[in-house]
Amino acid sequence: MHYVMIGNSIASTACIEAVRAIDAEGSITVIGEEDHPCYSRPLISYLLQGKTDENRMVYRSEAFYEENKVTVMRGVRAQSIDREEKTVCLENGISLWYDKLLLATGSSPFIPPIKGLEEVKNRFTFLTLDEAKRLESNLRKESRVLILGAGLVGLKCAEAIIDKVQSVSVVDLAPRVLMSVLDDAASEQVRTHLQKQGLRFFLGDSIAECTPNEALLQSGTVIGFDLLVIAVGVKPNIQIALEAGLDVNRGILIDEGGRTSDADVFAAGDCTEGPEMIIGRKTVLALLPNAYLQGETAGTNMAGGTASFDKAVAMNALSLMGLHLITVGRYEGTSHLVPCKDGYKRLFVKDNHLVGCILVGEAGKRSGIYTAMIRNKVELDSLNFDLICEEPLLMAFAKSVRQQQLGGPV
Amino acid sequence: MGINYLYPPFEIIRNQDRCIACRVCERQCANLVHHYDEDKKRMTADESLCVNCHRCVSLCPTRALKIVKTDHTFKENANWKTEVIEDIYRQAQSGGVLLASMGTPKEYPVYWDKMLINASQVTNPSIDPLREPMETRTYLGKKSAKITRDGEGRIITSTTGQLKLDIPIMFSAMSYGSISYNAHKSLAMAASELGTFYNTGEGGLHKDFYQYGKNTIVQVASGRFGVHPEYLNAGAAIEIKMGQGAKPGIGGHLPGSKIGEDISATRMIPLHADAISPAPHHDIYSIEDLRQLVYALKEATRYTKPVIVKVAAVHNISAIASGIARSGADIIAIDGFRGGTGAAPARIRDNVGIPIELALASVDQRLRQEGIRGNVSLVVGGSIRSSSDVIKAIALGADAVYIATSALVALGCHLCRTCHSGKCNWGIATQNPELVKRLNPEVGSQHLVNLLTAWNHEIKEMMGGMGINSIEALKGNRLMLRGIALHETELKILGIAHAGQ
Amino acid sequence: MKRIYVNEMWCLGCHLCEYYCAYANSGIQDMVKALKDKQIQARITVEQRGTISFAVNCRHCTEPLCIKSCIAGAITSKDGVIVIDQSRCVLCYSCIMACPYGALMPAREGVMQKCELCTTNSQGQPACIQGCPNKAIVFEER
Repeated sequence: MHYVMIGNSIASTACIEAVRAIDAEGSITVIGEEDHPCYSRPLISYLLQGKTDENRMVYRSEAFYEENKVTVMRGVRAQSIDREEKTVCLENGISLWYDKLLLATGSSPFIPPIKGLEEVKNRFTFLTLDEAKRLESNLRKESRVLILGAGLVGLKCAEAIIDKVQSVSVVDLAPRVLMSVLDDAASEQVRTHLQKQGLRFFLGDSIAECTPNEALLQSGTVIGFDLLVIAVGVKPNIQIALEAGLDVNRGILIDEGGRTSDADVFAAGDCTEGPEMIIGRKTVLALLPNAYLQGETAGTNMAGGTASFDKAVAMNALSLMGLHLITVGRYEGTSHLVPCKDGYKRLFVKDNHLVGCILVGEAGKRSGIYTAMIRNKVELDSLNFDLICEEPLLMAFAKSVRQQQLGGPV
Repeated sequence: MGINYLYPPFEIIRNQDRCIACRVCERQCANLVHHYDEDKKRMTADESLCVNCHRCVSLCPTRALKIVKTDHTFKENANWKTEVIEDIYRQAQSGGVLLASMGTPKEYPVYWDKMLINASQVTNPSIDPLREPMETRTYLGKKSAKITRDGEGRIITSTTGQLKLDIPIMFSAMSYGSISYNAHKSLAMAASELGTFYNTGEGGLHKDFYQYGKNTIVQVASGRFGVHPEYLNAGAAIEIKMGQGAKPGIGGHLPGSKIGEDISATRMIPLHADAISPAPHHDIYSIEDLRQLVYALKEATRYTKPVIVKVAAVHNISAIASGIARSGADIIAIDGFRGGTGAAPARIRDNVGIPIELALASVDQRLRQEGIRGNVSLVVGGSIRSSSDVIKAIALGADAVYIATSALVALGCHLCRTCHSGKCNWGIATQNPELVKRLNPEVGSQHLVNLLTAWNHEIKEMMGGMGINSIEALKGNRLMLRGIALHETELKILGIAHAGQ
Repeated sequence: MKRIYVNEMWCLGCHLCEYYCAYANSGIQDMVKALKDKQIQARITVEQRGTISFAVNCRHCTEPLCIKSCIAGAITSKDGVIVIDQSRCVLCYSCIMACPYGALMPAREGVMQKCELCTTNSQGQPACIQGCPNKAIVFEER
C-alpha cells in the first residue's frame, strides 16, 4: 500500500498515526510545501512572544518519522493529481504513485482588493512560520504597525508584537472584535481589555486606499504605518482538488469518513468542507483540533479501518494578553447568560441540548465538560442544568452517569 | 446557663509551624472542634467540644496536631479525685444517670497481666510452627462423654450442631444500631474470610447480611428485636443473651433518634421508637425456664444449630454456669466486667460484675468437678486484648474467646468512650450517614483479617514454645500458666501455681 | 493499564488527595515547606456539594481529546499515561476546552498541569491514592 499525503501538517500527522495504528508496512510519503518540519501554525504568535522557539514548535520529533517509516519531502509543491493513473505530480517533475491519497493542503490568507496595496513594501500576512519570521525581522522599536482584521489571527498577531513596537492599530470592517466567534458583550470585554494594553481599534471601518506608509480609511481617518499586516481571513487551498475534478465548494467536500468524491482520495484540515454536527450540513472549520480529528479519521479509513468523525463543531481556545476565551459550537436557540464574578459566560440551548458556549476569563475553567455535552448531545433534562450552568461540574450529571465517567472504562 | 464547673479535659496542641491549614481536621470533626479563622489566616480549636478520638490527629497530613490531657487541677486529694468531683458536678447539673461507653477505664486488676506462659526447655521439645503442623481449629458445642463405635469397631464421630472455628476467636455481639452498617459489614466479611463467626447482637439481621449467614451467630435477647423464624435459621448458631459484662442486671436502650428506616425494618419496631430491652427476659425466672427457651429455639431450627447462652460474669457465676450446662445449651458465653458497650450507666459499668479470668477459672473448675464440662463449650469475652490473652484464656479452660473492643480498635476506634453521643468520627458507633461512610468495609474487614491473622501466628508460636500443637491440647492446661504477684486466694481460684513454683 | 478509579460512595470530602498531590508534585521534600502558606496546585480536584463529594483527575483516555487539541504538541501518551511537556506548553487552554472531565488546570508557572499518575515525580505510585483514607480512589486494572 502506498499512502501519499499532500501537506505536512497537523492533519497529515494525525493521518500518519492513524494509518500506522493499522498498517505497519505500507509506504507513507508526505509532501510539504514549506521547507520546515511539520509545525503548529497557531504557535507563530507565541514564537514572536518568545514563549516557544522553532525547535519546540516542531509538532513531532524526527524520531516519530523514523519510527513510523515516513518519507517527508519538504519544500516541494504538489502540482497536480492524475486520478486515473493514481499519481501525484510534483513541481520538480517527480511523480508519485498512490493507493490512497490525503489532501491536507491547508489554507491561505485572503488578500482583499485594496487600491494601492501592491505599493506597500512592508506588507505581511500572519499564517506561516516564514511570514512570521519575516515580520519579526522587520519589527523596530519605533515601528507603527497597522493590522487589517480584528479576528483571531489579527489579534494574536497584535498580541505577539505589541511589546516590540511603538504602536499597533487594528482596523476591521466589523463593528466589533472577534465578530465570528464572540457575541456583542464578550467582544466588548475583549476590546476593552486589549485597549487597556495599548491596542488602538478602528472598527466598522476599512481601508479604502493605501500608500506605502498610510492607510486612508472609509471614514476618512488616515493612519500612518510602517508595517501592514493583512489578517482578514483565510481561504481553503482547493486549487489542486478543483483541477483534479473533485467535488469542491468553498473547501474540498468530504464526508464523515474524510472521503472526497473519489474513494481513494481523502482530505482533512483547513482545506476541507465537512459535515458539522449541530447544523447538520457541510462547512469549513479551519481549526486545529478539527484538523487532527479529520486527519485521524481519514487515516483510519485509508488503511482499511472504519472511522467516522461526526462530532465536528467549531471550537476555539484563545488567549489574548492574559485574557482567555473559549468558544464552542453554535450560538442558536435559547441563550443563558450566567453571571460570573470574573469573566463572562453565555450558554446556548436548543432542543434539550447544549449547542454552544462563550466563556471569557475564569468562566473557561473546566469548560471541556461543556464541550463534551455539546459533542455528545447530552440530554439536558437528564442532569442538573441549573448547577451545570453555574459551574461545569460532573456533580451535575446523574449518579449513574458519573459512575460511568469516573469508574468506567475510558 | 449558670456557672460551668467543668474544665475541658483535653488541650489541642497545634504546631502552627507545621499546620498547612488544609482544614482536614475541621472537615472530619463531627464535634465541630476545629475551624479556620479567616482573619488570622489560621486554624483554631474549641477544646471544650473535643472527645479525644484522634480523628483529626490521624488525618493531619503534617502531624501538626496532638491532644494532651489538661494540666488544670483540683487541689490534690487521694479520696476526692478529679473525676469523682466532676461526676458530682455533672449530676448536680443534670439530675440524671451518668452514661458511659466501652469498657470500664477504672484501675481494677487485669489478671491476664498477672499470669505468665510456660515454654519448653531441654526436657521437652518445643515445636516450630513453620515446619510442623499446628492446629488452631476448634469446634464448639456439646462433646459426647462416651466413645461409640459402629459394628466394625470404627469410632462414630458426630460434629452436627457444632461450630467449626478456624481460629479460636469470634467477634462478640454488637448490634446493628449500636454500631453502623459498615462496621457490621466489616465484621461479617472478616468472619467469613477468617472462617469464624460474628454476632448480630440484639439488633436483628439486616437483609444485606443474610449472605454471611454461615459465619453469623444470631442473638435472641430480652427485647426479641428482629427475631423471626427466617432470622433464627439464617445463622450458624443462636445466642440467648441473658446478660452483658459491661452492664450486668440491666437492659438496653437504643434511642429513637437512632432508629432509622433500615434499623426499624431490621429490628421490626416502629420508626424512631425507642428500642428498650428489658433487664430480664420476662419468660425466664429459672434454669427450667431457660431450658424451655433453649429447646424452643432448637425446635425452631430443627436441632441443627447449637444454642449459646451468654451471661455476664457475676458473683456466683459457677453455679449459674452449672445450671446452664444442664439446660440443654451447647455453649456458654461468659462476659467479664471489663467488656465494652455502646452505652451503659457509668456506675454499673464500673462497679458491677467480676473479672472474666476469675469467672472462667471457677466455671471451668466447677463444671469439671460436676462432670459436665463436656456438656458445653466455654467462650469468654470481656477485654481480650491480644493473642497472649487468648492463650491464657484457653489454658484456663476456655474453648474459644469473643473479642469486640479489639475488633473495633482494629476498625479505627480510639476508645474515646463517647459512643453514646452517636457522633463517632470513625464511622463505627453512629448512624449518621456522613459518618458511617468513613468506614469502608473493604478497608475495615481487611484490618480485622490482618489482626486475627497476626494473632493466629502468635498463638501458634506460643503454643509451639510450650511444645503444644493444638488448641485442644492447650485447653484447660493450667500447668502452662504461673501467677505473678498474686496472693493465695487468687491463685487458688485461678487454679495455677505462682511463678517459681 | 492501571488507572485511578473513583468510588464516590466512600469519598469523605476530606480533600487530602489534593494536598498529597500538590505535595508530590512540588518537588520539595518536606510537606510543610511545600504547602504552608501557599495556594496549593493540585492536579486532582474534589467536587463537593452538600453530602456528595468525589475526586476528579485525568482518566488517561484511550482517545485523548486533549492530545488531539493541543496546539503545541505538548501532550503525549507514554505507554497510555497522558503526560504534558510543560516546556512546550504555551497556555492556550485548548486542552481545557477539550477535556470532558475538566482534568487539566493551569499551574503556577504559567503552563498547564495534569495528573501523570505520579510517573514523572518521585512517588512511584499516585500520591492521591496513598493519601486517601477511605479507598475512595483506587489505582487498579479494570
